[in-house]
Amino acid sequence: MSSDKGLVQGIVDDGLGGIQHNAITAKIEDLVNWSRSRSSWPASFGLACCAMEMMATGAAHYDISRFGMEVFRASPRQADIMIVAGRVSQKMAPVLRQVYDQMMEPKWVISMGVCASSGGMFNNYAIVQGVDQVVPVDVYAPGCPPTPETLIHAIETLHGLIENGQLLKRRTESGAGANVHVTEIPAGAGPVQVLLGSR
Amino acid sequence: MSDSTPTEQEQTAPTPEPVTVHGLPLTDSRGQAVLHPSREQYIALVKKLLDDGYAMCVDLTAVDYLLRPGRPLPDGIVHERFEVVVNLLSLRDRTRLRLRVQVPESDPTIATLFDLHPGTEAMEREVYDMFGIVFTDHPDLTRILMPEDWDGHPLRKDYDQGRIPVQFSADSSATAVGGAR
Amino acid sequence: MSIVDTIRSGNEPEQGLQPRSELTARELLREVGSVLRMSESEAARLGEVPVDAGDDQTMIINMGPQHPSTHGVLRLMLELQGEEVLRCKPIIGYLHTGMEKTGESLTYMQGGTNVTRMDYASPLNNELVFSLATEKLLGIDGDIPERAVWMRMLLSELNRMSSHLLFMATNGMDLGAVSMMIYGWREREEVLRFFQKVTGLRMNHNFIRPGGVAADLPDGWRDDVLRLLDVITPRLDEYDVLMTGQPIWRERLQGVGIITEQEALALGATGPILRSTGVAWDLRRDQPYLRYSEVEFDVIVGSYGDAFDRYAIRLNEIRESMKIVRQVLDRMPSGDYRIQNKKVTPPPRARIDESMEALIHHFKIFTEGFKVPEGETYVAIESPRGEIGCYIASDGSATPYRMHVRAPSFVNIQCMPHMLRGGLVADAVAVISSVDPVLGEVDR
Repeated sequence: MSSDKGLVQGIVDDGLGGIQHNAITAKIEDLVNWSRSRSSWPASFGLACCAMEMMATGAAHYDISRFGMEVFRASPRQADIMIVAGRVSQKMAPVLRQVYDQMMEPKWVISMGVCASSGGMFNNYAIVQGVDQVVPVDVYAPGCPPTPETLIHAIETLHGLIENGQLLKRRTESGAGANVHVTEIPAGAGPVQVLLGSR
Repeated sequence: MSDSTPTEQEQTAPTPEPVTVHGLPLTDSRGQAVLHPSREQYIALVKKLLDDGYAMCVDLTAVDYLLRPGRPLPDGIVHERFEVVVNLLSLRDRTRLRLRVQVPESDPTIATLFDLHPGTEAMEREVYDMFGIVFTDHPDLTRILMPEDWDGHPLRKDYDQGRIPVQFSADSSATAVGGAR
Repeated sequence: MSIVDTIRSGNEPEQGLQPRSELTARELLREVGSVLRMSESEAARLGEVPVDAGDDQTMIINMGPQHPSTHGVLRLMLELQGEEVLRCKPIIGYLHTGMEKTGESLTYMQGGTNVTRMDYASPLNNELVFSLATEKLLGIDGDIPERAVWMRMLLSELNRMSSHLLFMATNGMDLGAVSMMIYGWREREEVLRFFQKVTGLRMNHNFIRPGGVAADLPDGWRDDVLRLLDVITPRLDEYDVLMTGQPIWRERLQGVGIITEQEALALGATGPILRSTGVAWDLRRDQPYLRYSEVEFDVIVGSYGDAFDRYAIRLNEIRESMKIVRQVLDRMPSGDYRIQNKKVTPPPRARIDESMEALIHHFKIFTEGFKVPEGETYVAIESPRGEIGCYIASDGSATPYRMHVRAPSFVNIQCMPHMLRGGLVADAVAVISSVDPVLGEVDR
């Protein structure tokens, strides 16, 4: 898409998306995507009950630090992934959009829980029926609240899509999110096997 | 006593005096004490109860009885659309008391309890936001839960719940995830 | 106007804070003086804060709603003079979910799913208060089987432990002891694992229902609870070493966010905030519900009303809860886990194949719901944050006519302006954390 701009101008304008995709730049892209997927920092957007499970995922037992994500950045300028954890009310929706707009490209959104994905059990005047009405969502994680295993599955699915470069390319074409729905992993008494995206 | 006729016995037995608290009859609701002051008696009653030891106003809320105009109320109380319900607690005596004040739809105003119980500030704002009942002389009567430019009072019975019809996705590329109910 | 138009049309609506200079004298007096029941002249003297002659401009800053230390979506507007906080106004409503409206369209059996998501740090307590209020209206509150009552106590106290451990974790992290976050959650996981075994879910269980509880305790629960208590007890002593005796911790919390007994009572504060001022009010002891009158425990009371007292109260309440859990372990009776009233309790699944009547009862309970007689009632219990109460007005149908939950954090947040006045900005975080609000129940 930037074949008429020249390599340097393409990168200046569009970042990685502006590289002419050929055999030489493919390796660079792979490296960049590989590192992006392994050190994506979440923006803390914990709203309600799902925030408890998100914090549990960041704590010692489930430990998303092994996926490079334990650094919850308060400032959206330093964050890559926005995990919308909880129900978004009418009053909060403009704030959500503002925080999303402040994040730098490339950025991704995980909609955690049924309230963020579709309004959940609260189909009424007060709750936005799905944050995809406000921001483009890449992965939907179901559950009320999703167990930490489900959240890790969603995060790893996203990482898999980032790593093989699918996500960024799709975003630049349509501007929409990836709309991937993951299946919920129910709480189990013993260790639960988590499916790691497309790796 | 045993040879007096039953009718004489009924006439001599005294009828029990109804229990009153500061002049208002004390009613019972599932074992809990409830008073029904009018809007005019409301503030003076709360002041007297405060002096009696009801130091904490635990809860102030309202009910919209639009759909139940004929609900059971003690004699002498006029049914109105709104009812402001105040729960008081006496820590010293470990007792609770509830007040139910009728507020008409045509003039939905009632005095504020802020000067007696400052903790009612947020509770009264919530009642104003959700029901539209105006508390006269409240320091800051603005909406608290809904955005400030919201229209309507959500907990009124004539305000719709706002359910949207749920879309069930026919193909996998749809954005919304369908839910039951 | 669609949601997108609303977003694009402008800023957030103004429910903001006016600078002091724009308030009338009477408004300022009411803010301060009403709470302390002072005369106007006393309040005028109290409301004066020395104004720096060279710097008479005050600054209004906004904390939140998206902020790492505001415990959820709480927005605080602070009026500052330099580093000193003159006035503070909490703005809430960012998590308003219309739960009370939703509650009017759900049956009493489904009501637990709604109510449990209000205070999501102690969901079983929400369900408990809703169930107690429903049972009172039904008239069955004296007929709940013993095992169900003791199970409710066990779960309620374990939930108090997990909620206070959450407080330990977030309080520590807010004040800089970041490793405390990991320790608190590590202990919480033990309790959540037990809940998962008993109720099937880690959070938002919908387990305590009108009539009893949803299922019996699984085999081996005694060993699980004993193991849980054995694991947590020495770790609480570790917290004492890490935090309670440590000079930096004390400097940060002692004398910060002081509230007096008068202020707390006037503002309706309950729970650890009221107990930190010296008032020994705990509903478990003063207006006992379930079987709290039959177990021994102490009510922890502070003396200075500052943030350190509140921290110490919550730490020791974990120990008291463990004491109660041990007593429940020894005394758990056998029997039914829910009342055998066919109108309220669904029949066991096996009987549905055998008995037509059981099938019909099951159908009616789960589709229509059971009808609750007309009336209104208010029931209150002691949640980890204070007094949580449920006011239900019923009209004889299967759904409540009005369901209102008196949330402790909603009322406790009113204490924050009084705790912050005259303090420093850096203490704002410590004070918010010591009030321990859960915004789900504040906004409902």
